[in-house]
Amino acid sequence: MQALREFFNSFLLVELLKGMKLTGRHLFSGRFTIEYPEEKAPQSPRFRGLHALRRYPNGEERCIACKLCEAVCPALAITIESEEREDGTRRTTRYDIDLFKCIYCGFCEESCPVDSIVETRIYEYHFENRGEQIINKEQLLAIGDLYEPQLARDRAMDAPYR
Amino acid sequence: MAEISSYTINFGPQHPAAHGVLRLVLEMDGETVRRADPHIGLLHRATEKLAESKPYNQSIGYMDRLDYVSMMCNEHAYVLAIEKLLGVTPPIRAQYIRVMFDEITRILNHLMWLGAHGLDVGAMTVFLYAFKERENLMDCYEAVSGARMHATYYRPGGVYRDLPARMPQYQASHARSQKDLDRLNSDRQGSLLDFIDAFCERFPQSIDEFEALLTDNRIWKQRLVDVAVVSPERAIQMGFAGPMLRGSGVEWDLRKMQPYEVYDRMDFDVPVGRNGDCYDRYLVRIEEMRQSVRIIKQCVDWLRHNDGPVTIDDHKIVPPSREEMKDDMESLIHHFKLFTEGYCPPEGEAYAAVEAPKGEFGAYIVSDGANKPYRLKLRPPGYTHLAAMDEMVSGHMLADVVTVMGTMDIVFGEIDR
Repeated sequence: MQALREFFNSFLLVELLKGMKLTGRHLFSGRFTIEYPEEKAPQSPRFRGLHALRRYPNGEERCIACKLCEAVCPALAITIESEEREDGTRRTTRYDIDLFKCIYCGFCEESCPVDSIVETRIYEYHFENRGEQIINKEQLLAIGDLYEPQLARDRAMDAPYR
Repeated sequence: MAEISSYTINFGPQHPAAHGVLRLVLEMDGETVRRADPHIGLLHRATEKLAESKPYNQSIGYMDRLDYVSMMCNEHAYVLAIEKLLGVTPPIRAQYIRVMFDEITRILNHLMWLGAHGLDVGAMTVFLYAFKERENLMDCYEAVSGARMHATYYRPGGVYRDLPARMPQYQASHARSQKDLDRLNSDRQGSLLDFIDAFCERFPQSIDEFEALLTDNRIWKQRLVDVAVVSPERAIQMGFAGPMLRGSGVEWDLRKMQPYEVYDRMDFDVPVGRNGDCYDRYLVRIEEMRQSVRIIKQCVDWLRHNDGPVTIDDHKIVPPSREEMKDDMESLIHHFKLFTEGYCPPEGEAYAAVEAPKGEFGAYIVSDGANKPYRLKLRPPGYTHLAAMDEMVSGHMLADVVTVMGTMDIVFGEIDR
């Protein structure tokens, strides 16, 4: 009896038809793909994308050139030079991140004692010429200025966990 | 008429079924493989050497990039070895989180394997369905660590941050109706744990679907049954681990044999195969996914009801919280010391292994008392499996090479390191 059933199952392509039934059902179920440029996948406030340097609400840059991010960076992607300003405070004169070296581990953000260097939600960026992957202080500050409300919101949301 | 002698062909490194950068030199006798000679090293990045030049914590991110489809398990082995050196135990909540994410990683890896293996052998649909489910797990990774793959989440002494209380949601757009949006967001109303719970409810049905497509399928069986049979004795001799070993019928699982973290509190079974062929290894992996779901459910249950710290309190090893760091001088000093110098474990050596999805993944660290390892040796499971390639494919047809490569679940990140 078992042998007979197996013969008919095999002869009538039962398992293949079952598979086709499944794919047929999926054909009419709701779509789960997203239409990318119009619609984006949800992003966690912890997302680690392109870097930015932040400012205080009064416009003063946060970074005090303690070089902790430079020291902690596993890929040695950050280069900092600093000088004393006329008002006696220490600020960076150069803050470069090589985005080809960076492994986006988030240690720079984790180590920063003044919440200056952060990783934003931006993941769509490109370079058109060689050397453009090294972004400097002005560019980093510009990114920070552009996205400050979002950055502040994300940090506030994640603050209880850090 | 002249004798036709055997000839040699190159399989990979650019072949789409070569799983990355495997260069396989095959000595063919017509359509039959006489000898297979894997050439490796095309993805060598000197991870072990690199780790010798930086403080312990800074190498965690590089562990993700070894076996790049089971990221957190690699971190786990490395972090466990450091903890052994330091003689610390993470808090119980951190241990549960680690076990939960190890199992999520196992499902991630097996889904990737199932999709790729199916695609190699000729089943396109499974690939799409498997990647649909993978997307949910990637979202769990992102919610907890901020990265969809290379998490850098485990730390010696616990995990970086506790699980988030809210899941990110899909935003409205003109490409989607409100009803559709609500459907997508239905699992994302609560915390990460709710999201994982919903996934666990849904996922066994998805496994049933994969099985409906493959398990009885005649083409799938023709390609897998009785291909690359490995006897249990031979599997042990060749140093197999994980599903490769269990597929041959050896009941060996580090989670049971030498439980680490809280695996001894978990209720789960270890599936074993009977014939040791590719089909049995497929069945073992499918069942492992079901068991992983069971473990994740138990973890979610525990984590819901038990709060607590996720890192140890020792600020010589784990940085203080940001709040403490900002208004306490001593904490600030700890913060600076940890992120520049790190910590110095005592002289000695430690080996820690975890049951990674592919088998035993181990990290062996020799410390000379400095803030960086004197030597780090990693034990990737894929390496020993690949060494058995010649034995497993000799005598089979050329088309079976693809099947064998799939069944081994090799990833070059870990083999070449």
